Amino acid sequence: MSELEGPQMTCRELVEVITEYLEGTLPAEDRARFGRHLAGCEGCQAYLDQMRQTIGALGRLPPESLSVEAESKLVQAFRGWREGGKPHASP
Amino acid sequence: MAEQEASTVGDSGGATRPTNEERLLAALRRGDEDAFRTLVDEHGPFLMRLALMHVPSRAIAEEVVQDTWLAVLNGIDRFEGRSSLRTWIASILLNTARTRGQRERRVLPFSFLLRRREEGRDEPAVDPDRFQSVRDSNPGHWARPPAEWDSPEERLSADETRRVLLETIAELPVRQREVIALRDISGWSAAEAREALGLSATNQRVLLHRARSNVRAALERHFEEEQLVR
Repeated sequence: MSELEGPQMTCRELVEVITEYLEGTLPAEDRARFGRHLAGCEGCQAYLDQMRQTIGALGRLPPESLSVEAESKLVQAFRGWREGGKPHASP
Repeated sequence: MAEQEASTVGDSGGATRPTNEERLLAALRRGDEDAFRTLVDEHGPFLMRLALMHVPSRAIAEEVVQDTWLAVLNGIDRFEGRSSLRTWIASILLNTARTRGQRERRVLPFSFLLRRREEGRDEPAVDPDRFQSVRDSNPGHWARPPAEWDSPEERLSADETRRVLLETIAELPVRQREVIALRDISGWSAAEAREALGLSATNQRVLLHRARSNVRAALERHFEEEQLVR
């Protein structure tokens, strides 16, 4: 490993720059150091995988929703707004 | 469920044709109820999710969502489309929810120290004890490396895991909670989340990093505990 490539990344450093890596905002030199470290480190490969699994699981959480009553109250409020606030609205 | 990246792109690339969002907004300004219902269906889930993060009950969260929609309707003529509709709605909701949340919980004002804690800049992503120390053969490398998760798809979608995810997020500092909700739960881009939350690029990323690191650690602990029980 040549001096030009910068110091080797440690696992401890890798876990702190992992979000920048995933966001694509890690500077090129650090990205190269990240890649070199990852290639030879099973622990960090597992860590990166866990991070991706975590993000994936968050994206699959079931959506929240309003109750039926709240939704019908909302439509009532909309009609009130239309009648009150927008007298010129209907053609 | 992740929402689409750009939920309201026009059906052709023509620059002069109105997008779906513009058509919906025009209909809404005319008082079209279907347009309103469409918007509520589309944006209701993330609004409810964000509201729940700030107030102690579903009933209050629903009031916050309702107040938000009224503010949207009353402000619709001022919306100029410089930001996307959903980031505009989100920022209205957050104002409403933060005010309401402070009233309900008597949250302390946002001081410098609190802001530091919110960002968790001094907090490591991983417990320092899991790395080798300067006295070991390979300082800064794993002493106790993470293990591959077995059959992750199955375990990650289990109800029990979802409960851990939601509980962990509920315990995060509020700014971290907001960022992870928009970015990872709702699938928004960094730019949209920054705009809705009024954050710099760096703050957004630091908050996301702390939040994700905390959630990953909680899942790891949960899976380790499950293994012990088996």
